[in-house]
Amino acid sequence: MKPAVKRLIFFAALILFWGLGSHFELWHETILPSPFSVWDALAAGFADLTLVYDLVASFRRLLIGLAVSLLIGTALGILLARSKTADDTIGSMVLALQSVPSIIWLPLAMMWFGLGEGAIIFVVILGGTFVMTLNVRTGIKNVNPLYIKAARTMGSNGIDLFWKVIIPASIPYLVTGARLAWAFAWRALMAGELLSAGPGLGYTLRYASDFGNMALVIGVMIIIGVVGAVVDQLIFQRIEKNVLKRWGLES
Amino acid sequence: MYLFIEIQHIDKIYTDKDNNANTVLEDINLEIPKGQFVSILGPSGCGKSTLLSMIAGLTSASSGDIVVDGATVQKPGKDRGMVFQEAALFPWMTVTENVIFPLRKDMNKKQAVERARHFLQMVQLSNYAGHYPHELSGGMQQRVSIARSLAMDPAVLLMDEPFGALDEQTRSRLHGQLEKIWIDTQKTIVFVTHSIQESIKLSDRIVVMGTRPGTVIADIEVDIPRPRDAHKQQVTALEERIMGLLKGEIDKVIDEELAYEARR
Repeated sequence: MKPAVKRLIFFAALILFWGLGSHFELWHETILPSPFSVWDALAAGFADLTLVYDLVASFRRLLIGLAVSLLIGTALGILLARSKTADDTIGSMVLALQSVPSIIWLPLAMMWFGLGEGAIIFVVILGGTFVMTLNVRTGIKNVNPLYIKAARTMGSNGIDLFWKVIIPASIPYLVTGARLAWAFAWRALMAGELLSAGPGLGYTLRYASDFGNMALVIGVMIIIGVVGAVVDQLIFQRIEKNVLKRWGLES
Repeated sequence: MYLFIEIQHIDKIYTDKDNNANTVLEDINLEIPKGQFVSILGPSGCGKSTLLSMIAGLTSASSGDIVVDGATVQKPGKDRGMVFQEAALFPWMTVTENVIFPLRKDMNKKQAVERARHFLQMVQLSNYAGHYPHELSGGMQQRVSIARSLAMDPAVLLMDEPFGALDEQTRSRLHGQLEKIWIDTQKTIVFVTHSIQESIKLSDRIVVMGTRPGTVIADIEVDIPRPRDAHKQQVTALEERIMGLLKGEIDKVIDEELAYEARR
């Protein structure tokens, strides 16, 4: 049986179990709403466009934040890989920053940028930057020395060697870095939105929770999960697999 | 005869962590005329690859000079093409893009592609111009690597056990191709190997090196007519002579070849 078929059967069974449980009142509707209520909540949300606005607002923040974090992360990674002093100093700080969830920056960000877009985007940027930095650094440091030797015998050195050989050779690490940066940025975005003003998926989740609309809470949770899985598997894992194959790191 | 490569009093001493000096090469002197196919033969640890790397300009000597075509070697340059044991092709580039890599700055793209085609034809891979390295076998990759070096039109081709990682049949076929390329292009070739048979089959001259420290223990002109396969007796006689010369080193050579066979 194909994995896709297995997956379909699994999710169908899960929803069936959920529906039957709600039907026979194994749990109360206020604790876990039935799949039909969740479906209705989602349909209503999309019909009056509130969920569409939420998605657009969330993606806007994510794209801005992710783009900035990839740029800063790449630049910082190159710096750490090329300068021993930077690696010994800034590098140790990046390692420390990477190990904490970026949402802890929110109180400070709200002081600096106010309770709005700026603060959330700042948290998203911090979420993605450091994992990208560390991957770019590792990628550049792990370039096969043979490529560098070969390039030098072919008259390449300095800036040409760096951009034409070292950077392309580290692309597999750059792609993995971007995938992880996306995952961290997505988590940071949801955390940030839960704690701030709307619109946005996280904001709607908290709003629905405040008003006891559990069907919408679950609906938004499903959207967040589906978006996360789809972007990861359909975009990033596919690119990563192609790159690994082309770069001869996987047969 | 015009001395094309002059290796003068080369020493290489590594200092390890405990400040012990390890002499890798000691007073190496060699003069190689233009167009010669020279093999440097020796067991592992004799510093033959280090010596080649110095001619390429990738490694510096502790003392002594290497002069190629009148100029002292300071750094790598396109006048010395290098083929490594692994093909060292860039995996993100197609075969053609790999071959034109060293030509980018010297000519326009069209000329470079034309030139790449010529040299890919020479190694019989013109049908694979658009393929990526991971789609080729090890032997094919090594042929692309040879084409890439030849495309720069180097004065000398340096080869560091280029066929060491290939299977026997492929190696034997590539020996034939390399011999033909050498005859057609008349390049000076310095070929590092640990295989006595390989050195006899290919070269005009065999420089035999001993180990610890690396020194030249014999310099043999090979005057067997080509193709050498047709002169089995002379080849076997020379093989035995070199075996005898290496005597003390021979156990190391055999150990290395056994280890190599075992790895395959």
